[in-house]
Amino acid sequence: MSDQGHDKKVVLSLRDVKVRVEGTEIVKGVTLDVHAGERHALMGPNGSGKSTLASALMGHPSYHLSGGIYLDGQPIHDLPPHERARAGLFLGFQYPVAVPGVQVATFLRAAVNARRGHEVPIREFRKEMQAAFAALDVPAGFASRYLNDGFSGGEKKRLEILQMLMLKPRFALLDETDSGLDVDALKVVSEGIRLAATDDTGVLLITHYQRILTYVQPTHVHVFVKGRLVKSGGPELALQVEANGYDGLAEAA
Amino acid sequence: MTANASLLTLNGDYLSRYGFSDPEDYVLKAPKGLSHDVVEMISRHKNEPDWMRAFRHEALDIFLAKPMPRWGDSEMLDAIDFQDLHYYVSSTEGQGKTWDDVPDDVKRTFDRLGVPQAERKFLAGVSAQYESEVVYHSIRADLEKKGVIFTDMDSGLREHPEIVQRFFSKIIPAKDNKFAALNSAVWSGGSFVYVPPGVRVEVPLQAYFRINTRNMGQFERTLIIADEGSYVHYIEGCTAPVYSSDSLHAAVVELVAMKDAHIRYTTIQNWSTNVYNLVTKRAHAHEGAVVEWVDGNLGSKLTMKYPAVFLMGERAHGEVLSIAFAGDGQHQDAGAKMVHVARNTTSRILSKSISKGGGRSSYRGLVKVARGATGCKTSVECDALLIGAAARSDTYPTMEVAEEDTRVEHEARVSKLADEQLFYLESRGLDPDQARLTIVNGFIEPFVRELPMEYAVELNRLIELEMEGSVG
Repeated sequence: MSDQGHDKKVVLSLRDVKVRVEGTEIVKGVTLDVHAGERHALMGPNGSGKSTLASALMGHPSYHLSGGIYLDGQPIHDLPPHERARAGLFLGFQYPVAVPGVQVATFLRAAVNARRGHEVPIREFRKEMQAAFAALDVPAGFASRYLNDGFSGGEKKRLEILQMLMLKPRFALLDETDSGLDVDALKVVSEGIRLAATDDTGVLLITHYQRILTYVQPTHVHVFVKGRLVKSGGPELALQVEANGYDGLAEAA
Repeated sequence: MTANASLLTLNGDYLSRYGFSDPEDYVLKAPKGLSHDVVEMISRHKNEPDWMRAFRHEALDIFLAKPMPRWGDSEMLDAIDFQDLHYYVSSTEGQGKTWDDVPDDVKRTFDRLGVPQAERKFLAGVSAQYESEVVYHSIRADLEKKGVIFTDMDSGLREHPEIVQRFFSKIIPAKDNKFAALNSAVWSGGSFVYVPPGVRVEVPLQAYFRINTRNMGQFERTLIIADEGSYVHYIEGCTAPVYSSDSLHAAVVELVAMKDAHIRYTTIQNWSTNVYNLVTKRAHAHEGAVVEWVDGNLGSKLTMKYPAVFLMGERAHGEVLSIAFAGDGQHQDAGAKMVHVARNTTSRILSKSISKGGGRSSYRGLVKVARGATGCKTSVECDALLIGAAARSDTYPTMEVAEEDTRVEHEARVSKLADEQLFYLESRGLDPDQARLTIVNGFIEPFVRELPMEYAVELNRLIELEMEGSVG
C-alpha cells in the first residue's frame, strides 16, 4: 500500500502482525509501512481490534504478538515496552491510567531522561516543560498535580499529547485521542499532533470519527474491520466512511 | 533516574548501614530471665523512690497474670521466650553532655547511624539510647532558658518528681495490656519532655534508640507534656543489629496536650527483622488541642502498635498518619485508636500499608464516640497495596458510635500493584524496577510529605531498598 519509489524512509513497518488475546486471534495480519512525514488514520467500528493492535505494538504483556515491527528499520518486536519507548515508539492511551501521589513533573522528568538516555539538567527540563505547557494551553499548576489522578477526560488527553511533545518520539500511535473531547480541546490536541508530526516522524491515529481528521489532515486513511485492513486510500476515504459507514467496506474485504 | 540495579540487596545493606554490632562491653547486664529479683535490681540500681519500686513490682504481677493476646499474631507472640531475654543492659556509668563523653565504640555506632550529623544540621535536641540507658543528651540552650525540659525518663523522675508522679502511667496504666505491664515493670530510659505554656519548639527534638545486645529487651518509657498553647515535634528512630535470635522492644509512650497545645510525634521504625516491636502509644488531647502521630513502620519481625488519641476536651483534634511496609517474614499489625470523649471533637486516620513477597500487614483500628460527645467528626481511610501473589493484607476496623449526629467517613481499599499502571509507566521508558518504585513512592507520598525533608529523603531511600528486585 505504500507508494512505490517513495523517496522518504520508512519510520514504522509492520509485517503480518497478528495479535492473540487469551487464545483468540484479534488482529489477523496487518502489513503496513509509514514513511517519514506521513500521518495515517486507522478507522474502524467498535470491537474491530484497533486498540488491541495499538497496545500490542507497544508491548502490552497480556497480548501475544507475532509478525514483525520495525522502527527505523530495526526490529523492536522482541523488546520490552520500556525499550520500545526508549527507541522512540510512543502510545497515546485511550484511557490513561492514574498513578496517585506521583507528580506530573516528576514523572515527565523520569520519562524524558529514559527516552534520551541521560539526565536532562533540571533547568533545561523546566524550560522544555514550560514550552510544552504553553503550546497546549495547559496551566502551570498541572506540573504538581498527581499523574492523571482526578483528571477530566480532556485533561488526560492533553497530558498524553504533552508527553508526546516532550518525548519527541520517532513514531506515535494515538489511540482514540479524540474521544470524549469538546471542540476546544479537540483543536488543542490536534495542534499538538501537528507539532509532533514533523517531516521526519510518523503518526498512526486511531479513531472512530472523521471529526478529528478535519484538524489533523491525514495523508493516508485505512479502514480496519475484524482485525484486518480492508481498505486503504487518501483523505477522501474518511469522508466516504463518514457518509456510508463501514458495512459496504467490510463486504469489499 | 538510574536503575537501582547497582544497589546491594536489602539485607546486605541493612547489615552494613544498621545491622552491624559492637562487642559487648557492659557496666551492668542483668542475667537472662524475668523475676521480682530482676525488677528489684533495676530499681535499686537506679536509686528510685519507693513509689516507683512498688509500681514496678505490681506491674510485674499484672504482666504474669495477664494472658498473651489472642489477636494480632498469636503464633509469633507465643514464640517469645520471656526467660531468654536480658531485661537490663547498661554500657555506661553516666550520660554524656557532649559526644566526647560517650564511650568510643558507642559513639562510633551513633556516628555510623548519622545521629550527630543530624543534630548539627536540623535538630533542637537529641537523645541517644543504647540498650537500656540514654548515653547522650543535648538540648539547645535557648530552649532550656525558656523552660523546655528534654531529658531521659530516669533523670526526669529524679529531677522533676512532681510532674512525673502527676502524669506517669496515668494515660497508660500498667494494667492496660500485657506489654504495657511488662514495660511498667522493667522500664528504663526513654524521654521526658515538658514544654511550658505558650512556648513553641519550632525545630524537632529527636530520640534515637539502638539495641546492640543479642536477646535484649528494650523498654523505654516516654512522657511528653505540652502545656497550654505550646507546640513540640518529637521524632524517634530505631535500628538494631541483624541477629538470628530475637530481641524485644516494648515501649510505652504517653502524651498530654493541654488546652490549645499541639504535639506531633513522628516515628520511623526500622528495627532489624529479628525484633518484636510491641508498643503502646496513647495521648490525651484537652480542649482545642491537636495531637498527631506520624508513624512509619518498616522494620521488625512483628509490630503491634495502635497509636491512640483520647479527645478529652471540646474541639480537640487527633490524627494518625501511618505507613507500614511488610516484606518476607514480617507482620505489621498496626493501626490507630480515636476515642471521642468530648463534644465537637474531630479525628482523622490515614493508614497505608504495603505488603511484598510473603509479607503481611494488618490495619486494626478503633473509633469510639462516647455518649454525650455530640457534634464529632471522624474520617478513616485505609489503603493497602499488595506486591506479589503471596502478599497479604487484612483490615479490622471497629466503630462504636453512641451519638447519632456524628459525621463518619470510612474508606478502605486494597489494590494490587496494577499491571495497567506498570504498562503505562513502562510505555514511557521507565524500566520495570523504576515503574514499581514510582508507583510505591506515589502510594506513600501522602505520608512522606508530612516528614521533615531529611527524613523524607531517608524514607524514600529505604523504600527503594525494600523494593529492590521485587519482581511482582
